[in-house]
Formats: sequence, C-alpha cells, structure tokens
Amino acid sequence: MSADADKTTLVTYRQALNDAIRSEMNRDEKVILLGEEIGIFEGSYKITAGLLKEFGPERVRDTPIAEEGFVGAAIGAAMLGMRPVVEIMTLNFSLIAIDQIVNHAAKIYGMFGGQQSVPMVIRMPGGGGQQLAATHSQNLEVWYAHVPGLKVVAPSTPADAKALLLAAIRDDDPVIFLENLALYNTKGEVPAGDEPAEIGRAAVVKDGTDLTVISYSRATTIAVEVARQMAEEGISVEVVDLRSLRPLDRSTICASVRKTGRAVVLEDDWLSYGIGAEISATLMEGAFDYLDAPVRRVAAAEVPLPYAKPLERRALPDAGDLRRVILELLDDTSFES
Amino acid sequence: MNESRTAKASPRAATKAARQPAKGSAATPGAEAAEPGQLVEFYRRMVLIRKFELTADQMYKRAKIGGYCHLNLGEEASVVGLMDALRPTDYLFTNYRDHGYALMRGMDTGKVMAELFGKTTGVSKGRGGSMHMFDTEKRMLGGYGIVGGQIPPATGAALALTYRGAAGPDAEAVMCQMGDGTTNIGAFHESLNLAAVWSLPIVYVVINNRLGMGTTVEKAAGEPELYKRGSSYRIPGVRADGGDVLAVREAATEALDQARTQRQPALLELMSYRLRGHSVVDPARYRSAADLETAQEADPVPALRAQLIADGTLDEKQAAAIETQVEDQVAAAVAFADASPDSTPDQLFDYAYATPVPNAPTALPGERMVVLP
Repeated sequence: MSADADKTTLVTYRQALNDAIRSEMNRDEKVILLGEEIGIFEGSYKITAGLLKEFGPERVRDTPIAEEGFVGAAIGAAMLGMRPVVEIMTLNFSLIAIDQIVNHAAKIYGMFGGQQSVPMVIRMPGGGGQQLAATHSQNLEVWYAHVPGLKVVAPSTPADAKALLLAAIRDDDPVIFLENLALYNTKGEVPAGDEPAEIGRAAVVKDGTDLTVISYSRATTIAVEVARQMAEEGISVEVVDLRSLRPLDRSTICASVRKTGRAVVLEDDWLSYGIGAEISATLMEGAFDYLDAPVRRVAAAEVPLPYAKPLERRALPDAGDLRRVILELLDDTSFES
Repeated sequence: MNESRTAKASPRAATKAARQPAKGSAATPGAEAAEPGQLVEFYRRMVLIRKFELTADQMYKRAKIGGYCHLNLGEEASVVGLMDALRPTDYLFTNYRDHGYALMRGMDTGKVMAELFGKTTGVSKGRGGSMHMFDTEKRMLGGYGIVGGQIPPATGAALALTYRGAAGPDAEAVMCQMGDGTTNIGAFHESLNLAAVWSLPIVYVVINNRLGMGTTVEKAAGEPELYKRGSSYRIPGVRADGGDVLAVREAATEALDQARTQRQPALLELMSYRLRGHSVVDPARYRSAADLETAQEADPVPALRAQLIADGTLDEKQAAAIETQVEDQVAAAVAFADASPDSTPDQLFDYAYATPVPNAPTALPGERMVVLP
C-alpha cells in the first residue's frame, strides 16, 4: 500500500470514477475510452469530464449510436492488447450489445482454450427513481451476473467505485461495471493513491449481531442508513455489501448470517429470479442450521417502472420497506433488544 | 481513387469482374500472372481443403465429430486466394465455416482435426469444436458461430492497429470473412459504419454462395448485389469470381493494400457455390437439380486440375501424386486426432478466467456451492 493511502478526500461517486479512469489512462497508454458522447459532451452523466482535453480524441473516442458495434469493437481491440473502457449510456442500452457481451466477450477466453483474454471494462449506470419510465430505469444486473466468463461488480461507495474501477481496468477479463444513477452525486471519503480493490470479495460495511442485510450498489446506502437508525433503537444490524455479483462471495454472506441468525436481502432489481433469490439459496446451503427464520427479500415491484412519481416511488424498495421487513423478521423470531 | 471506386461499384464492372479472370497491373503484387509452380501449389492447397472437408464429413458420420460442422466444399478457390493475399502479420476473423481458413493460415492439420474430435490437442484445446478454430500465433483470431458476431471484434482489431503505427505498405491489416446472409444483420452495418468513420485497415469479405442456409440472397437482401452494400458507408465494393483463385487473390491483395497504405476499408464479394448442404447434416432438399448442377459445374477443384493438365503444367501422374500426398497428410491428421487424449472432467474449470479471482464457482452438477467448514 502506498504511503498516501491513509489520506482520504471527500469526493462524489462521479468524481471517484473520473479519478480512477484518469489514473489508469496516465499509468497505461493502452487504456482507451469508447462510448457515446463521452468526449466533447463529457459523458451523459459527466463521468468522463475533462478527459478528452487531457488525452485527446484517439484515447477518448466518441462513437456513433451503435452499441453492438462499439462494444464488439472494444472486444477486438482488447484481443490485440488494448484495454478499452466502454461507457454504455445506460444499462438499458446494453441489451443492444448483449450478443457481443454474452456470446463473445464472455466466451472468447474459455472457448478458444485460454489463448486470448479480453481485458475490457463495460461501465454503465442502471437504476430507477429519475422518472425515466420503463425502458430507461431497469436493474438488469442478474442478466450479466448469470453468465460465466464475465466478472460483474456493483460498487456502492465512492471509495469502492474508484478501487473497483482500478481493479476492473487492470483485470484481464471482461468486467461489467455497474453504476447507479442515484449514486453519482453521493459523497464519501476516498483514499488517495491508486490501490485497487479485489474483485470477488464482499465487505461487511457495518458490524452487527442481530440481523444481516445483504445488499449492493444503491440499495447498500439505504441499508447502511437504516442500520444506523436502528442502532439507536437498540437493534444491531450488520450490512454486507456484495460489491461483486460475479463471482459472488458466498462465504462472507454465510459467515455473517451464521453469526446473526437472520437475513434480509435488499435489492433494486425485480424479485423473481433476482439477486435475492441467489442469496437465499446460498444461505439455504451455507447457513440453514443457523437461521432463526426464513430469509426475507425486499425488491422492486414487478412492473415496467411507471413514469408517474407516486407509482415509481412505490415500485422501488426504500428505507421504509426495509425497516418494516426487519421489524417483521425480528418480531417473527421473538427478538428482544 | 474515387473514380475507380465508383467504377468498381457499378453493376457493369461487377458483372465483368465476376465473369472474367482478373487482370491487373504490375503495381499490385497479387495482380502478376502466377508462376506455373505457384498455381500447382494453389491446386495442392485446394485439394488439401477438399480432402480435409470430405474426411470431416466421413468422421462426422462415424460420430468422431459432434455438434455443427460446416464445410468449405466448393469454396476452396476463395479460401486459398484470400489466405494467400493475407500476410502472416495480418489478422483474420471468420465465421463458423472455418476449417479451410485455419489450414491455410498455417495451423497444423492434425491439430485442426483434433479440434473437430474435441481432443485436448486441438487448436482450441477441444473447447471450441468445428466453428471455433483459433490460433494466436497464426493471427487466426477465431471462427465464430454467431452469424455476424465476428464483425464488430474484427473491426475493433483494426482499430487497435491504428494505435500501433502509421499506415504504409508494411502496415498490418485485418480481414473479416462472412457469408452472404450476414450482410443483413445489424452488426454488419454498424461495423462498416465504424470502419468508415474511423478509417480502419480492414477488408470485409463476403463469400456469396447464394444461400443463407436455405434462403436465397434475392429473398434476403434488399440489395442482392452485396458488394454495393458498402456504398452507404462510402466503402468501395468489389465483386470477383470466387471460383478463380487468382482473381480472388488479386482482388484481396488490392483491397488489403488500400487498407494498409490508406486505411481504407473495403468490401469484397466473392461469387461462389456451396457444393453441399449448409452443414454436414443438411441434405439441401430445397435446392433444385439445376442449381446443384450449376454448382457442380463451377466446382473450382476439378476445374483447376483440368486447366493445369490442359496447359501442360501437370500431367495425370503428377496431379495424382499431389492428391496422394494430401490424402496421406489428412490420414495422418485423423490418426493424430484419434490418438490424442480425450478431455477429462478435472479440466472443466481450466480457462474460467484469465485473471484469477476469489470465489469463482467450481461446483459440478449436484455439488454445493457453499461448503460448510
């Protein structure tokens, strides 16, 4: 660890991403950026602000609106030794590129017998809550988390956003890097330097003894806030932030629940076949005898997300939903603080 | 330059190109008349592909080969001409009809056969099979099974070349092969557009065997003269006779030369015939007797043999000697593949990731993901 890793600065999630990209572009000239409006427009969400000016149009390459084309082009460039970082404007648009991601990026290393790695990152924000209606508000992380050959990370804090992006860019495999629209303006302490995180590890971001909330990305920020509030009421909630959806750190999840005996999964995606379903199955295998009650899941209502604010708000899980479910679970298990 | 592009994209020029053997100038290396010895070598290569594919067909029927298996039968002149134009320093991406390309790229005949057999000695260690031949060193960056899937990565490979050095006669280039049906998919159009706006050193080659599985080009393509489909992107298109190995080589060399020296992408359409079904299991009942007869009459392998004998380059005995030598080579490939070890279950998770990662799943069917301590 570098000497200045102890120093931290309060920055936004957006700035942390920008810092990580700049740092890697300075460190390795093979790192190039591809995406729609990432140059002169500085990114739809301004993640690439200033980078065109600093690194020029060859390394910060605006693409036509052609997700399948430019994601696939990044694959080919990666096969020849470049380290492309692709921005897809939102996760929703990645469906246009899904053949290249699932049938190509995820397959090339294994299907050709380990001859050729594909060192690329696909960054994209998902998430609802911005009144963008059904096609622009999805959380489709399980689509990618399902696929062997991909690594999928979903940081919840500015510090993890930076450290996991550094790791993703240095990784030789294709990494799906999931951001969330609601997180871009959130702030947090970020260590100086360029120490990467380890992909594939969850983190216990708040210690507790009574119940575990397992979460990732934006939902983790809700879980941490609810845990803080409940601590004041004498309820000790532990929060596990998954950070990596593939691989999934099953042992950290199970270790926490074996300690607390109660588990709630908070996720922004739809309930059926979601991340919570996988966590629940994991706990059946790894913590069944330690559970005082069945695992509870708090996820999005299963509708195409409506535009109307009252409907959108009700469809997405919030702090009130998590708090209610935690209290129900504690009540079901005769919890006394 | 623009004038010659326009001329090439005109239907008249195309028809002419399709009917006549290509004539070139001494300025382009591939345009020189082939030495008799070189044409004999091309014949040997075409016979190698022919024998290899007929053997693959047999081996499939003996259940030595599984899955899908698409053969280059009828396309030998195209494959040989293209691969002779491509330099060892260039990169190749193809579709799933890739055996001949792998062989012509210099990949070992035995290892290509072993890949078909699913053996660990195969070019892709038995992980890919017929559709997925790959060799990093030979710069054969893959046969790809998804129609059109190879085109965006090939385009990106050409993008990577622009970071390596300036355009020039010694610059590297990319060739991306595909079938006629592929020109209808979005990936084709998105990629050509990228190649044009970024000025990439790539040659897209369409093997037009007139059938996308069972669907004719006329039924599938709004512009059935496929070489014209680059015009939306100001990519010059050329149509050549895919049954004429020299015409193919000349057209490919010229297109590659433009890619190298000017970073000018090109679209090359090779008129060809498929002698058999789409894959080894397809009896092609949808084809008329007349169509099949036309294809057989156009078969480039006996045609070149007859030509070489007629002009005195080879006699019957010499031609037969080439064929015997190739048969021995293919028989040795089968023997090598047969004798190679099968993959074993303990190798299942090899090549899961290039960068090792904690918690990567390694459970077999029925095994627990989480093991209690």
